[in-house]
Amino acid sequence: MVRVTIDGQTIEVEPETTILEAARRLRIPIPTLCHHPALEPYGACRLCTVEITLGGRSQLVTSCNYPIRQEMEVQTASERVLKGRRMLAELLLARCPNVPQVQEVAASLGVSTVRFERGDEICHLCGLCVRVCEELIGQSAISFIGRGVDRQVGPPFVKFSDACIACGACAFVCPTGAIRLENITDKTPRPLLSEFDARLARRGNIYIPFPQAVPKVPVIDREHCLHFALGRCGACQFFCEAKAINYDQEDELLEVDVETIIVATGFDLMDPRIKPEFGYGVYPNVITGLEFERLSSASGPTAGKILINGKEPRDVVFIHCVGSRDPHTGVSYCSRICCMYTAKHAHLVRDKLPQARITVFYMDVRAFGKGYEEFYDRVKHERVVYRRGEPSEVYKKGDRLVVRAEDTLLRRTVEVEADLVVLATAVVPRGDAAAVAEVLGLQRTPDGFFQEAHPKYRPVESNRPKVFLAGCCQGPKDIPDTVAQAKAAAASAMAILAEAARSQDEFTGGTDAG
Amino acid sequence: MQVDVQQLMEKLDLFGCIQCGKCTGGCPLSLTTALNVRYLIYETLLDVLPDPGKMEELWDCTCCFTCVQRCPKDVKPAELIIGLRSQLVESGKIPGTVGDALMSIFRQGNPLGFAREDRAAWAEGLNIRPAQEGCETLLFTCCSSAYDVRSQPATRALVQALRAAGVEFGSLGTEESCCGNEVRRVGEAGLFEMLTEEGKPLLESTGARRIVTTSPHCFNTLKNEYNLSGIEVLHYTQLIARLLEEGRLPFSGRLEKTVTYHDPCFLGKQNHVFDEPRAVLQAIPGVRFVEMDRIRERSLCCEGGGGRMWFEGTNTEQRLAFQRVHEAAETGAEVLAVACPFCLAMLDDAVKVQGLSERLKVMDIMELVVQAL
Amino acid sequence: MRITEHATRNTYHTMEYVTMESKPRIGVYICHCGTNIAATVDVAAVVEFAKTLPGVVVARHYTYMCSEPGQALIKEDSKALGLNRVVVASCSPRMHEPTFRGAAERGGVNRYRLEMANIREQCSWVHRDRASATLKAKALVASAVAKAARLEPLEERQVGVTPGVVVIGGGIAGMIAALDVADAGFPAYLVEKSDRLGGRVADLYRTFPDLEPAGEWLEPLIERVQSHPNVTVLLNSLVTEVSGYVGNFEVKVSSSPNDHLEPGTLKPETRNPETIQAGAIIIATGYNPFDPHGKPEFGYGRYPQVVTTVEMERRLAAGDLAVEGKAPRDIAFIKCVGSRDVQLGHPYCSRVCCQVCAKQAQLLRKALPDARVTVFYMDVRTFGKRGEESFDEARRAGVRYQRGNVSEVYRRGERVVLRVEDTLLGRTLEHEADLVVLAVGMEPREDTGDIAALLKVPRSADGFFLEAHPKLGPVDTAMDGVFLAGCCQGPKDIPDTVAQAKAAASSALIPLIRGTVPVGSETAIVDPELCAGCGMCVQVCPFGAPSLDLLWGVSRVNAVLCKGCGACAVTCPSKAIRLQHFTPDQVLAQVEALVE
Repeated sequence: MVRVTIDGQTIEVEPETTILEAARRLRIPIPTLCHHPALEPYGACRLCTVEITLGGRSQLVTSCNYPIRQEMEVQTASERVLKGRRMLAELLLARCPNVPQVQEVAASLGVSTVRFERGDEICHLCGLCVRVCEELIGQSAISFIGRGVDRQVGPPFVKFSDACIACGACAFVCPTGAIRLENITDKTPRPLLSEFDARLARRGNIYIPFPQAVPKVPVIDREHCLHFALGRCGACQFFCEAKAINYDQEDELLEVDVETIIVATGFDLMDPRIKPEFGYGVYPNVITGLEFERLSSASGPTAGKILINGKEPRDVVFIHCVGSRDPHTGVSYCSRICCMYTAKHAHLVRDKLPQARITVFYMDVRAFGKGYEEFYDRVKHERVVYRRGEPSEVYKKGDRLVVRAEDTLLRRTVEVEADLVVLATAVVPRGDAAAVAEVLGLQRTPDGFFQEAHPKYRPVESNRPKVFLAGCCQGPKDIPDTVAQAKAAAASAMAILAEAARSQDEFTGGTDAG
Repeated sequence: MQVDVQQLMEKLDLFGCIQCGKCTGGCPLSLTTALNVRYLIYETLLDVLPDPGKMEELWDCTCCFTCVQRCPKDVKPAELIIGLRSQLVESGKIPGTVGDALMSIFRQGNPLGFAREDRAAWAEGLNIRPAQEGCETLLFTCCSSAYDVRSQPATRALVQALRAAGVEFGSLGTEESCCGNEVRRVGEAGLFEMLTEEGKPLLESTGARRIVTTSPHCFNTLKNEYNLSGIEVLHYTQLIARLLEEGRLPFSGRLEKTVTYHDPCFLGKQNHVFDEPRAVLQAIPGVRFVEMDRIRERSLCCEGGGGRMWFEGTNTEQRLAFQRVHEAAETGAEVLAVACPFCLAMLDDAVKVQGLSERLKVMDIMELVVQAL
Repeated sequence: MRITEHATRNTYHTMEYVTMESKPRIGVYICHCGTNIAATVDVAAVVEFAKTLPGVVVARHYTYMCSEPGQALIKEDSKALGLNRVVVASCSPRMHEPTFRGAAERGGVNRYRLEMANIREQCSWVHRDRASATLKAKALVASAVAKAARLEPLEERQVGVTPGVVVIGGGIAGMIAALDVADAGFPAYLVEKSDRLGGRVADLYRTFPDLEPAGEWLEPLIERVQSHPNVTVLLNSLVTEVSGYVGNFEVKVSSSPNDHLEPGTLKPETRNPETIQAGAIIIATGYNPFDPHGKPEFGYGRYPQVVTTVEMERRLAAGDLAVEGKAPRDIAFIKCVGSRDVQLGHPYCSRVCCQVCAKQAQLLRKALPDARVTVFYMDVRTFGKRGEESFDEARRAGVRYQRGNVSEVYRRGERVVLRVEDTLLGRTLEHEADLVVLAVGMEPREDTGDIAALLKVPRSADGFFLEAHPKLGPVDTAMDGVFLAGCCQGPKDIPDTVAQAKAAASSALIPLIRGTVPVGSETAIVDPELCAGCGMCVQVCPFGAPSLDLLWGVSRVNAVLCKGCGACAVTCPSKAIRLQHFTPDQVLAQVEALVE
C-alpha cells in the first residue's frame, strides 16, 4: 500500500492507483472531460491536471494516468493548477463555444472571455468514442485521423467503415453528441425492442424487463450482448458495485421428482400481418390491443398517454375479431377475451381523451361474464359508438387512416377516418406449445391448445394422468376463469399429493404423529 | 331542415342502444309504414340522419310507447321521434291538420275547432257542481268526451253512475282546457308548457283530492307529467272498479251481451291498468266476457294517439283499427268495449268501413254499465 | 374449541405502555401507485410533511409500495433504523394490509403496528384538484401516524381446523367439489334439498358443443359420489343453522325424507336433525331458470306452442316434438328472454343460452329435417371451447340466424306469429311458427337470500352471491371459510362450473390441510375488574362473541368469533370492554390529527 496526501487529506491506496482514483475515494472533485472509469485513461483533455510534490520537487501532471508514489503530496486546486485549467477551458471554449459540457466547465472555472479565434466544433476530441470502440467493443472502427488542427474522429479514409457493427457505443459515450452513426456506417442500427412493452420501447442488452418484475434484477440478452457474442465489453460487470454479474453462469438443469405436473404455459397473440388488409406493420398508427395496453399503462413507453407519432389521436377505431372466427387464418374459434378488453380500451381512451371520437366495429359483442354486460352498457354511455360490421380494409389518406366496412345495420358501406386503429388480435397457442406437448406427451385439440380429458366435466385433466392444465394453454379465457381453472388444477393435484402421502404413511407404517 | 343532433343526443340516451330491433319489431306502424325507430336512432347516433322534413312517417307514430315498454336497455326510442317532431314544430314543418289542431287548442282550449263556451254543452241539464266552488273529486273531461257527439253519451253515463254511487264531484266547465297530452307527443313543447302552467294551478285551486278522467290520455299526462301535489289521478275505470268493490254501485238490470275489451295504449301499456276495466265489465250482470288474443301488453294500438286524431297517416289503406275490429269480431263478441274516446272514434269508424256494423258495436264501458244500473 | 380472553392489568393500561422501549419510531411510506395516486397527490410534499410529524424517523415515497422493492424498503429501514411502527399511505387496506403487515414483520416490527392511510380510493381516486387532494392526503397521513404512535403489539393466534367440508347443493358443482375434497382424504358432507343428486344437469338431454348425451358421464359421476367412502350424501336435507367460524363451523342440517322442505321452516315432524362439524363450507346451490311469465308479450302459458329451452330439452330427450299433435314445420328460438333486460332488473347476460340455442336448433334440424329452424338474436355469444365451431355447424345444418329481438308473439289460427324486426334486412316481419322456444336466462334461486343470511355472505347487484374479488377471487367470499361454486355465483356452463367447483374445493382444502387457521387480533377484551356483568354486550353482539361467565359474574369475549365491530365497546356502560387495535385513545388521536 502506498500513502498519499491530497489537499491535506491522507489515504492509503494500492500501488498503481492513479491520483484521480485516489482523489475520488476521498471525494475530492477533479474535473475531467476525457476520463471514463471503464476505459484506459487517455490524458487528452488535460483538465485533470494537478500539482504533485514528490521528493521536494513539484510539477504539473495529469491525475487520470499518473500513479501514486509513496509519500506523494498532491494539490488539486493550487493557483498554478487553476491557471492551467483556465487556459484549457478558454481554449476549449474557443473551439466548442456551443457545447453545454464545455460551457459548464468554463463557467465552473470562472472563464467567460475568449481571446482566441472562435470555432464552431461540437467534438472536443476527448477520444472517448475511439477508445470505447477499441477497448470495449473491440472493433476499432473509428480513430483519430488527421493531425494538428485537422485532427478529427472518423472511420479510415473517411469512408464508411466495414468494421463498424452499428452498436452505437460511440454515440452513447460521446458527451457532446458529436458522433453520428450515419457518418461512420451505412448499416442501419437495429434497436433492441422491449418485449414487455410490445416492442414499443427500447431496451438495452442488460435490462430489467418491467418495473414489477420478480425478482427485480437485470437480465442479459445473450443473443445480442457483445460479451457473449464477441467476447468484448464487460462494462456492466465493471460497473456493478455489488459484483453481482457473473458471465459464467450456466443454465442449470434441475431434475426434480414430483407427483404431479400442472401446465400453465399461457398463450400468444396472432401476428396481424397475417391479415395484411389491416395495414399492420405498414402504417404506424395501426396497433394491436396489447400495444394499446402498453401505451395506456403509466409505466409504459409513453407514461400512460395515448400518443401516436407524438400526437394525441382525435378519432380512434377499434376492430374486433382480427384473425379469430376466421378459417382463413386457421383460427376458427372465438378468442373470448377481445370483446371485453376492447370495451375496456375504449373506456380508457374516453378517460384520457375526453374529446376523441371512438368507434368499435364488431360482429357480435360477447359480454358474457359477471358484470360484463353492465360494463358494455356503461362504455356505450361514455359516447363510444358500436357499429356492426367487420371492416374489410384499412388504407391511408394523407396522415390519417380510413377504415372501410359495411355497417350492416345501416346497410351501407362506410369509410370511417381514424388517427388510430386498434386491432383485437386472436389468441393463439404459444409457439412452443408443440414442444411442450411433445415433452409431456400431451394431446392437442384441433385449435392447437392442450386437450382436456373431457370437454364438459374434466376441464383441467389432460390425456396424461397426473398432468393437469391451467389457464390459456387449454384455451383462451379471462382472468376470473383462469384463476378458477388454476385452483381447479391445484385441487386435482392436491388429491394426488394426499394420496401419495397416505400411501407413504402406509408404506412406512404411519409413524407420523397426528 | 337541419337537425340539431347535438340537442337530441344530450336529451336522449341514444348511446345505450344496442340496435337489437325490439322497438321496431313491436312498433305497430312498422309493418304498414316506413317508420323504423331503430334505424332512426342509429342514423341519429351516427349523425347521418336525412332531412326529417321529408319523413312523413315521423307523424305516423301513435306514441303507444310499446318500444319504450320493451327496450331491454331502457333507451325510450319514442322520445327520439318526439324530439324530432319538436324540431320540426319549431321550423314550422308539420302537417297542416296538426297545425290546425294546435292552433285550435291555443285559441279555444280544444283541438276540434269548437268554441270554448260550448265545452259544457254535453252537461246541459245535469246540474254539475262547478269545481271552482271547491270539490273533493274533480271530473276532468277530455275534449273529445266533451265535444264529440259519439263520446258524449259515455260522459253522461259516467255522471249517472257517479251519482248512483253517491260520489260528489265537480267540473271546471268551460274553464277546462285540453290536458295537452297529445300536444306534448306531437312535439309542441312550448304549448304544452303553457297548458301545464295554466292548468296545474287551476286544478289545484279546486281543492280536489282526486281527479277522475274520462280519457286515458288525460289520465296519463295529469298523473305523470303535471306534478299535481297531493292529488290522486284516476281513470274512470279505476274509480268505478273501486266503487263496485265497495258495493256502492248496485246493478238492478242485466245486459245479455258478449263483450270483449280493447286495452287502450295510454291506460294499459303505459300505465299498467289492465284489471280494473275488466273487473267493471265482468261485474255487469249478464255480460259474457271474452278476450281477444292480443290483449294487455300486446294490445294492438287503434292508431288514435300521438296526434293521429289530427293526421291521417301515410297508410290509409291498412289501418290497424281495421285489423283490430276483425279480431274483435272473431271472438264472437257483439260489443267491443273501449275505455278511451280516441279508441271509440277509431274503432267505430273502422267497424263501419269494414262493414261489420251488423256484427259488432263499439261502446264505451260506461255506456254498458248504465244499461244495467 | 373456544378461546376466551382475560384482559389483564398489563395489557389494559395503555397509557403507561409508552415506555422508553416502545417510544414510537415510525417509518412513513407514501405510494405513487404508478400514476393512480401520484397524478393527483403531490407525494413528495406529503413526504416532507410526514417528516415533521411526531415520532416519524423516516419518510419516503416510491412508485409501487406493494412490489418487492417497495416492501424491501420497509424491511430494510425497519432493521437499519430500528423502526417499531410503520405507516403506509397507499390504496385501501383491503388490498394490501396483509402484504404490508408481512413486510413490517420481516423487518422486525410487530405486524399490528402497521397502519395504513387510504390515499387512493378515499383521496386520489375521488378528487380532481391537486391542491386539496394533497392537503387531504397529508391529513390522512397525520391521522395514521397519530394512531400508529399508539398502536400496541398484538399476537396472531392459530386455531385448529375441523377436518371436513359441508357442501350445500348436490348438483354438478356440489358433487365435483365434494369429490375433490374426498379424494384429498377429507370427509365431505353433501347436503341436497331434493331427493336426488344431479341438479339441473340431470335434466339435460345432450350437451353443447359436441351434442353428447349428458347422462353418459353424469351417471358414473353420481355413482362415484354415492360410493365414495369419504362422501356423506344427505338427500331431502336443508341447512337450517350455521354457527362458528372458519375452521370450526357447526352446521345444523334437517332431513325429511318424504316432505318437501321450505327454507326458513322447520316442520315438527322433521326427523334426524344433525349437527355437522366442518372446517369449511361450499355453497353450490345453483340457479333458477327465468320464468317467462315475467315477459307476457311472448304468450308463454297462453299458447301451447310457446315453450322454454328447459322444456325443449326434456322434449328432445323424450322425442316428444309434436305440437298440438303435429310435427312442427316452423320452429323459432327467441334469445335473451329474461336477460340483458334493464327494465326487468336483469341487466346481465346469462352466458349459456346462445350455446344452448345452437345446440337445440341443431338437434331439431336433425330430428325434423323438413322443419325450418330460425334463431332470433341480438348477439351470438358462442365464446366457449368449440363454441364458435358449433355455431358454424348449426348454420351449416340449416339453422337460420336472424338478427332481431322479437317484440311479441300472437296467435294466428293454429299457429303463432313472431313480430320482429330483422335489423339486417331493415324490415319488420311477421314470422309464423308452430313452435317457439324461449331461451330463458338464469336467475338467482329464491332461497339465495335465506342462505346469504345463514352464512352472512353478501350478494352482488344481480342477486347472485358475491365473490371476494371479481378477478382474483372467483370462489372466495367475504366470510372466511365459506366458498362459492357454480351458478349460484353467476350463470356459467358446465366446464366453467366444474372448474369453479374444483377451485372452491382447493380453497377449502387449504385450511384443512394446514390444520390451523390464523385468527386476527382486532378483537374486544373485557377488563373483569370493571365489568359489572350486566350482559348488554352479549345482547348487542351480532356474532355471539361475548358470553357471561355466571360463576365469576363477568363477560368474556370469544376472540375467534369476535369480528372487531366494536358494538360491545360502545355499549358497555362501565367502559369495561375495549376493542384492541381501535382503542379510544387511538381513535381520538386520529380524529384530533384530522381536524388540526
